Amino acid sequence: MAYTYGNKENAAERIKEISGVNPLKCMKCGKCSATCPAFNEMDIKPHQFVTYVQNGDIESLAQSKSLWKCLSCFACVERCPRDVKPGKLIDAARQLVVRERGQNYLTADEIPELLDEDTPQQLLVSAFRRYRR
Amino acid sequence: MSIETNEEFRPKIVAFCCNWCSYAGADLAGSSRLSYPADVKIIRVPCSCRVNPMFILRAFEKGADGVIMCGCHPGDCHYTTGNYYARRRMTLLFSMLDFIGVENGRTRVEWVSAAEGVKFSQTMNEFVEKIHSLGKNVRLEDLRCRN
Amino acid sequence: MQRIGVFVCHCGTNIAATVDVKKVVEMAAKEPGVVHAEDYQYMCSEAGQAKIINAIHEKNLTGIVVCSCSPRMHEATFRKAAEKAGLNPYMVEIANIREHCSWIHKDMEEATLKAVILARAAIAKVNLDAPLQPGESLVTKRALVIGGGIAGIQSALDIAEAGYEVDIVEKLPSIGGRMSQLDKTFPTLDCSACILTPKMVEAAAHEKINIYTYSEVEKVSGFVGDFTVDIRKKARSVDMSKCTGCGVCSEKCPSKKNPNEFNRGLNNRSAIYIPFAQAIPNVPVIDRENCIKFKTGKCGACSKVCAAGAIDYEQKDEIITQKYGAIVVATGFDVIPLDKYDEYAYSQSKDVITSLELERIMNAAGPTKGHLERLSDGKSPKNIVFVQCVGSRCSDERGKSYCSKICCMYTAKHAMLIRDKYPDTNVTVFYIDVRTPGKNFDEFYRRAVEDYGVNYVKGQVGKVIPQPDGTLMVQASDLLENKQILMEADMVVLAAAIEPNKDVRKIATMLTASIDTNNFLTEAHAKLRPVESPTAGIFLSGVCQGPKDIPETVAQAGAAAVKAIGLLAKDKLTTNPCTAHSDELLCNGCSQCANVCPYGAISYEEKQVNDHGIRETRRIAVVNNALCQGCGACTVTCPSGAMDLQGFSNRQILAEVDAICR
Repeated sequence: MAYTYGNKENAAERIKEISGVNPLKCMKCGKCSATCPAFNEMDIKPHQFVTYVQNGDIESLAQSKSLWKCLSCFACVERCPRDVKPGKLIDAARQLVVRERGQNYLTADEIPELLDEDTPQQLLVSAFRRYRR
Repeated sequence: MSIETNEEFRPKIVAFCCNWCSYAGADLAGSSRLSYPADVKIIRVPCSCRVNPMFILRAFEKGADGVIMCGCHPGDCHYTTGNYYARRRMTLLFSMLDFIGVENGRTRVEWVSAAEGVKFSQTMNEFVEKIHSLGKNVRLEDLRCRN
Repeated sequence: MQRIGVFVCHCGTNIAATVDVKKVVEMAAKEPGVVHAEDYQYMCSEAGQAKIINAIHEKNLTGIVVCSCSPRMHEATFRKAAEKAGLNPYMVEIANIREHCSWIHKDMEEATLKAVILARAAIAKVNLDAPLQPGESLVTKRALVIGGGIAGIQSALDIAEAGYEVDIVEKLPSIGGRMSQLDKTFPTLDCSACILTPKMVEAAAHEKINIYTYSEVEKVSGFVGDFTVDIRKKARSVDMSKCTGCGVCSEKCPSKKNPNEFNRGLNNRSAIYIPFAQAIPNVPVIDRENCIKFKTGKCGACSKVCAAGAIDYEQKDEIITQKYGAIVVATGFDVIPLDKYDEYAYSQSKDVITSLELERIMNAAGPTKGHLERLSDGKSPKNIVFVQCVGSRCSDERGKSYCSKICCMYTAKHAMLIRDKYPDTNVTVFYIDVRTPGKNFDEFYRRAVEDYGVNYVKGQVGKVIPQPDGTLMVQASDLLENKQILMEADMVVLAAAIEPNKDVRKIATMLTASIDTNNFLTEAHAKLRPVESPTAGIFLSGVCQGPKDIPETVAQAGAAAVKAIGLLAKDKLTTNPCTAHSDELLCNGCSQCANVCPYGAISYEEKQVNDHGIRETRRIAVVNNALCQGCGACTVTCPSGAMDLQGFSNRQILAEVDAICR
């Protein structure tokens, strides 16, 4: 299944707009990947997000495991020396995909009854952060 | 645009050039025989920051059809920062001029280095062409100055 | 009204082929003020110049217009000719009818008309010309060097060798600077002290060099050739003329727990101390904040043991006022504080150190006597990780946007030295790019990889986690293998960014020297005047201008010295007369002109003025002609029109505009 994200040509532009990130600022140091707690789970690594967006290959990002493996912990955002914020890029890509799928995410009211005592608090917080828009 | 006469429109164009880069660039255009219309007359100033907005207003008042200011490229100013001041002043002045009816096309700032004879000549050709397309400037002219 | 002579040059056929020279003469003669007009084949020739000189004498001319080639070519020639005839050289104006007219136009009628208009503009300008006199100022034949590191020492030596008196002002108790803290130097690996200390001794022994250590520049006034500087000589509490440098006082001092700045705080020193063994001068200083005598009044151990009787608790700061012709700034650098880099655990672990701290650890005179050991438990590290670009090339507020330039090379040096001395140690370097431009630099780095087996990994360290067993867990990325690495290390060395010395902003303000957003001093021209400040008479030496290694610093120090010598060699400075001046009746003292002046040439004076019978004291802008370079930025900024530029006055440029638009 291919996604169009509203307008395929503009997908990369949409991601830059949503995230507010300029991928050209990246100096490819790899500190994001060095700091990522979910690194081993990912097929496309955090430092690669930037290149994918730069090259406009949003399709691969959308199909990747990383899209759903990113914890949105923002360690990469915090430590990036160039203010590139790979975490925000993948967040934006996720948003495009979610919107495309027809708004099938939970609303805030539905959450309490689904709550599991074992769910870590941080997951909830980052989920809210992810879906607040 | 002259209605009374059939004479070809010859615009009056004043070019302010800084002594260190653009004036030398104009000299290079000359020694390389790169032609541009004779309508352009150059006034030498030490630095683009010496160009007082008053000079440009006076030029339009006296019947100039276009004014162009050339200076060193940003970062190359002989006086370190002069062209930055010039750029800011001209941005303000040009938007004010546009507001009172002297179109933006009649005013221009261009950075020309001492090595850019080609750029100088091209810039002047473009600028004169632009002024031709805009026609005679009547907005700021003091009619008492007309002969 | 001026009596103007117009001289039109044919330039062979260069002008005459496209411009009707006779017509220009005829038209120019009709302009107001013109009493003489003629043309000639080559105006710049002897005969041509003679025509100008004769006309000045015969017709009593007060102004000259030469319609010829560019003023950049022959303005000086014609000005000299006018001067020979007794006319002020600034009464000459050039109409450029070659480069700006005959060479670019083909139509004769059109070109002639343009030449006439250009001549008209020049005539209009001469009509408003005033005779200008270049100013003169005397040069004090003495230089001041601020900073006693390798840059300052080299500049001072070079200036002194040329025969001029030099004073070095150094803030710390000894000269030597950052270089004295280094162990070995790249790319030849010779020991830093071995090449630096002879220079320090040479400077100290030089009869033309006078060194003020433990001193700071307090106040600077004056201008190029004539600076007056106040130097505060801080109280050492030790009489330098009596002290023999035996060091017994430091041994006996009971206050021993003070961080040793020279060793970057890795060990302690006594309250009375000589910073390092080769210090110059070899005289201790009492750190009054930590001295028991100064804190409680009871002690005096050093005084009791000093056989020379050199200890003087009553010593006061002394202010020395001296005049200088030139000032060389050589204030150097420091490494940035790393307290905001929590991810590298610099503040949490003693075994995470900066490269400069490693220099001290590797140095035989350092806190570990040159043995590579962990500061936490004294064990020798088996796995060492180097992290590059810590705070360099950073766009956030924690670091610096620039590349610190020296880190790639010193890290290669450290890695190589460690592998050489302790071959069973694993050394891993995490890098983003390896930047080694410089003679024999890349070969040096390749040697570290190929011959010494240093493990270079492209990637950055994300975090360093101190473990309960005292080791450090390093989490990093290997971009080329596209994987995340978790490795154990015993020691982590951070290549912290370098930044200009903290005091440089204060010093630059005193000198009215401009400074960039990173606190590096700005050069007068990025390419063509790299060792001069835009402020005349101020020269830049070493890292105060931008990151540099030792060879570059020494080269720049020499260049700065040459520029200073060039200035000191002159008895008088003639100043460009085309400078700004303010009309005291129009000036309202608003300071806007001083704010845009790149040379700090404008100051304010309380002046008695007589404004049409009203006598009052007003704050008025005064331009220092020795500093003003005549750019004219102030003239446009001035809201009351009080500032004007001689030689390019408002009225003159307006007259040119009028003449062109007529």
